[in-house]
Amino acid sequence: MHRDAIAGSIAAIDGVIVTPCEYDSKGYCLDVQVTAQTLLQAVSVIDHCGFFIEAITGVDWLGEKTARHKEALDRAKAVIAAAAKSAAEKGEEPPPAPPLPQPPEDMTDELEVVYDFNRYDDFCRISMRVRVPRSTPCLPTISAIYSGADWHERETHDFFGIRFEGHPNLVPLLLPEDADFHPLLKDFKA
Amino acid sequence: MSAIVEKLNDETFVLNLGPQHPATHGVLRVKLRMDGEYIVEAEPVLGYIHRMHEKMGENRTWIQYLPNTARLDYLHALAFNHVYVNAVERAAGIEVPQRAEYIRVITAELNRISSHLVWFGAFIMDLGGFSPLLYAFDDREQILDLLEAITGSRLTYCYFRFGGVSCDIDDQFITGSRAFVKRMRERLDMYRNLVTNNIITIKRLEDVGPITAEMCRKYGATGPVARGSGINFDVRRHEPYSVYPEFDFDIPVYHECDNMARYMVRMDEMEQSLRIIEQALDKLPDGPYLLPKAPRIVKPAKGDFYQAVESARGSLGLRIVSDGSNNAYRLKWRSPTFSNLSLFGEACIGMLLPDALALMGTLDLVIPEIDR
Repeated sequence: MHRDAIAGSIAAIDGVIVTPCEYDSKGYCLDVQVTAQTLLQAVSVIDHCGFFIEAITGVDWLGEKTARHKEALDRAKAVIAAAAKSAAEKGEEPPPAPPLPQPPEDMTDELEVVYDFNRYDDFCRISMRVRVPRSTPCLPTISAIYSGADWHERETHDFFGIRFEGHPNLVPLLLPEDADFHPLLKDFKA
Repeated sequence: MSAIVEKLNDETFVLNLGPQHPATHGVLRVKLRMDGEYIVEAEPVLGYIHRMHEKMGENRTWIQYLPNTARLDYLHALAFNHVYVNAVERAAGIEVPQRAEYIRVITAELNRISSHLVWFGAFIMDLGGFSPLLYAFDDREQILDLLEAITGSRLTYCYFRFGGVSCDIDDQFITGSRAFVKRMRERLDMYRNLVTNNIITIKRLEDVGPITAEMCRKYGATGPVARGSGINFDVRRHEPYSVYPEFDFDIPVYHECDNMARYMVRMDEMEQSLRIIEQALDKLPDGPYLLPKAPRIVKPAKGDFYQAVESARGSLGLRIVSDGSNNAYRLKWRSPTFSNLSLFGEACIGMLLPDALALMGTLDLVIPEIDR
């Protein structure tokens, strides 16, 4: 199956963004952004196209939104300061300052879950990403579609505390059986 | 599902295999529910040597993490070296001199043979044959001596660097490797006569432990497990890295889906590795073994990067997420045996316990790599 055809059939799902990537610099071919609602549909399409599952993992983006807002704020302030400086050199009144960027309404930090799929016949690695709020990290399980996802989801639950709804056996896999901590969260203190 | 499981009676019992059991090759425990000698249900229990290598990756600088990579898979440590340096080189845009690439391939393939030799000896011992282990370790010793002379260690190599390798190979290594290739070919003939054609081996392996291609796909099995199920997939060919495209070698594929198929894939692979080593020694270019201006402090670009290599057990992947600083923001190992072992629970249902152990042997488990 051709790569464009695969990208097309995944992108046909509502709200799914497919970005082709340059393999040499990134190591994967398609970057697919889905939501918790469209996850199962996208995985079904990928399964139908004959992909195998490579891995599931998480990334904790704690403080990302605050950092981004601060960056935007600093940039805007620098622009204003530069305009004021050039006006002062010319002996003019400083121009009226544009409004500073407002923080986004939703400042809840997010966890990202990354699903990697690949093909046996014609190389095409898909990195599928879905974001969930840190306060309620819930996703539907894909273990009914890919049996191998069972362990990967248990591992992701161990490390990041993401609850995979409908998972048959979401108990610690690599951590001790009574573990109630999630060591790869950025605010985890040993 | 076999007839045994369908007419299940109430007299099943739970049997704990491991975590201290010779057949699990390390600290793996399998919770089995048995109906007499037949397996009704099997659940591998992992995590006995989990060390959170991925968290260590976030706390150390890129260069400090290098020795960790060898401690995941102690049998094919250079594959883990390889995937890590390749991923960081990809992210930081570091070019590697040709000679270094060749040295990497030669040493990684020697290491692959030594890994297969340990598997070969230990696997036959699982089946009850003791002497092949002694022969296999004799051969492996030759490789360990060769690699020790240039890398400084016998098992947990930390030999590859960002932009090359830590030291050059010498004439002694080259003549030693050529002598080993010659010797190993004769030994492979001997193994064929001694073990492969042995009637007990054949009876224990043929038509036992079926793993279908569809099962491989659903569980993400790769390496010799997938190639024994008729799937022609090898990272060295399908997603070429380093200088592998410059060599002429075959990917052994068997379609029988049984224990024998997986056994044959590995035995044939050793021959192919010898071919690669031979060609690489012939073509070995001159030049620096390490980039003259190899950076001491690596700062990869922001973003996430994926790198895969073919380890002795399958497709080994590494995803790094970098925030542009001196250490990783996130580092994820995709270990091949983790996926390969995950199909064991489904594959062994209805099997006799000794046959299931033979099946487990063909998965070639290295527990530190699964537990990470």
